Amino acid sequence: MLSYLIRRLVYALPIMLGVALVCFALVHLAPGDPLVSVLPPDASAELAARIRQLYGFDRSYPEQFVSWLWRAIQGDLGTSIATGRPVRDEVFRAVGNTLRLAAIATLIGFILGSLFGFVAGYFRNTWIDRLASFLSVLGVSVPHYWLGMVLVIALSALTGILPASGAGPGGSDRWAWDWEHMRFMVLPALTMSVIPMGIIARTVRALVADILEQEFVIGLRARGLTEFGVFLHVVKNAAPTALAVMGLQLGYLLGGSILIETVFSWPGTGFLLNSAIFQRDLPLLQGTILVLAMFFVLLNLLVDMVQGTLDPRISRG
Amino acid sequence: MAITMTSSTLSPTAVERSQGYWTGAARKLLRDPVAVGSGLIVLTLLILAVFGPWLAPADPYASSMLGRLKPIGSPNYVLGSDELGRDMLSRLIVGARLSLFMGLTPVLLAFVIGMSLGLLAGYAGGWINSAIMRTVDVLYAFPSVLLAIALSGALGAGIFNALLSLTIVFTPPIVRVAESVTTQVRGRDFVEAARASGANALTIVRVHVLGNVLGPIFVYATSLIAVSMILASGLSFLGLGVRPPEPEWGLMLNTLRTAIYTQPWVAALPGAMIFITSIAFNLLSDSLRSAMDVKN
Repeated sequence: MLSYLIRRLVYALPIMLGVALVCFALVHLAPGDPLVSVLPPDASAELAARIRQLYGFDRSYPEQFVSWLWRAIQGDLGTSIATGRPVRDEVFRAVGNTLRLAAIATLIGFILGSLFGFVAGYFRNTWIDRLASFLSVLGVSVPHYWLGMVLVIALSALTGILPASGAGPGGSDRWAWDWEHMRFMVLPALTMSVIPMGIIARTVRALVADILEQEFVIGLRARGLTEFGVFLHVVKNAAPTALAVMGLQLGYLLGGSILIETVFSWPGTGFLLNSAIFQRDLPLLQGTILVLAMFFVLLNLLVDMVQGTLDPRISRG
Repeated sequence: MAITMTSSTLSPTAVERSQGYWTGAARKLLRDPVAVGSGLIVLTLLILAVFGPWLAPADPYASSMLGRLKPIGSPNYVLGSDELGRDMLSRLIVGARLSLFMGLTPVLLAFVIGMSLGLLAGYAGGWINSAIMRTVDVLYAFPSVLLAIALSGALGAGIFNALLSLTIVFTPPIVRVAESVTTQVRGRDFVEAARASGANALTIVRVHVLGNVLGPIFVYATSLIAVSMILASGLSFLGLGVRPPEPEWGLMLNTLRTAIYTQPWVAALPGAMIFITSIAFNLLSDSLRSAMDVKN
């Protein structure tokens, strides 16, 4: 068990180094001078050289990478060009907002997705199964940014039931768990939950159908176990994989929330990424992507470890 | 036995030609109503993509100051008009070309590149395998939407950069599938037999391996088309892909966002096209998977 956890951890380290390298390379992939948005167009050559030195752009790439990585490990992600504030502060404030949204969306998606998946798997090849499967195809096929727009049209533009954008009354970014604030989260969270719902429903359906075919289920039935008893066994067998998929979906939503956050002007990492891209704020772009990607790698690691603990077949295999 | 052949054995009898793998799959597909339905939608979309400019009732670029944001069903504007007074129906029809091009090209490129790299990694093994697969692992460590947006954001807006970013996003998963099926096939007896009879590596891969791995990789690649359509239009929706005034569904959705209070249903139309396209490709891919008997 312990050796599995250590092996998994050691395996994640080179991946994290690779991820950092990709994030670093992104900025240098960008065409044009990275200083173009800092320097006034009529800056003297002397000033340009000084700024270049300040940002460390005068050194070789490997040197720059090592010092950038070293500072990033210590929690220094540089300074945003657009706002002049530390990238770390900007990113962490946004991560909080996105995490809140993504966690609730994953939860909704998991509950509804498992329900659909279970029902479909249990009554497989009946009309219930076909209906649930069709709904999950719709879930994975819908362009979520469009679904967000349609929900805004239906529940906000036409009826005015819920607010169309923002994360609080009067554009405030201070969060509280009351209805005044929660109502701003309903539409983005619902929109976001559709993707994990479809994927979890498909996974759970396949799992349940697979488990019900296995011999131990026939054995349980032969021994006269009630249908509810069989159901509990199926849940126990499907849970590790379903939970793992849920964990990964949370990671996908954290990194993939940019389109939904743009539709709803939700002040999270996606929104930050959007402004970093269009203001060509490269340190902010680099920092946001690094934090999100690292989060995803760590979440993957955590999911593997939890799954290995819950399911002895994996850690021994 | 052969000497006393009766006339009945001599007369030509219809010999059932043994069905090939692809023919068999195609027959199963044609018997599957879901596959036929989604296939017809895909076919219609492809026809729009090719012949769109000739089928559109009006010029998709012609704007009109007086005809802005007309509702669905107005005279001369069957599906309304956009914020510059351009005919929506024409723009939706002509938009099929660019939208499908942006969605299909990355998957096609990733299929070719990913399959080649996966075959190489799976067949060669050793350090070549490690080098390719560890690089793939790193790219795989990014959520796909994040990677696509980060790459095209860093490279800058434009069709070429969007296609490049999406190809980079879809190659790693195809490499993984190709590598795993190739590794399985490589250990089979007929590959060993071919090697023992002196066939070189290229011949073995081309004749013995490719035929056995092409199906699963192809099915997997088709399952990525819907995601690619949504992501490609999403990039244009963010302003990172196709640029105005070209008709493309994601970009149209973006420019019509301001109109959701005046003409909500017109504003939602381009997204409905993306949705229909993505459903059709997903259903077709699912049918293909079961027709070709590929396990998940």
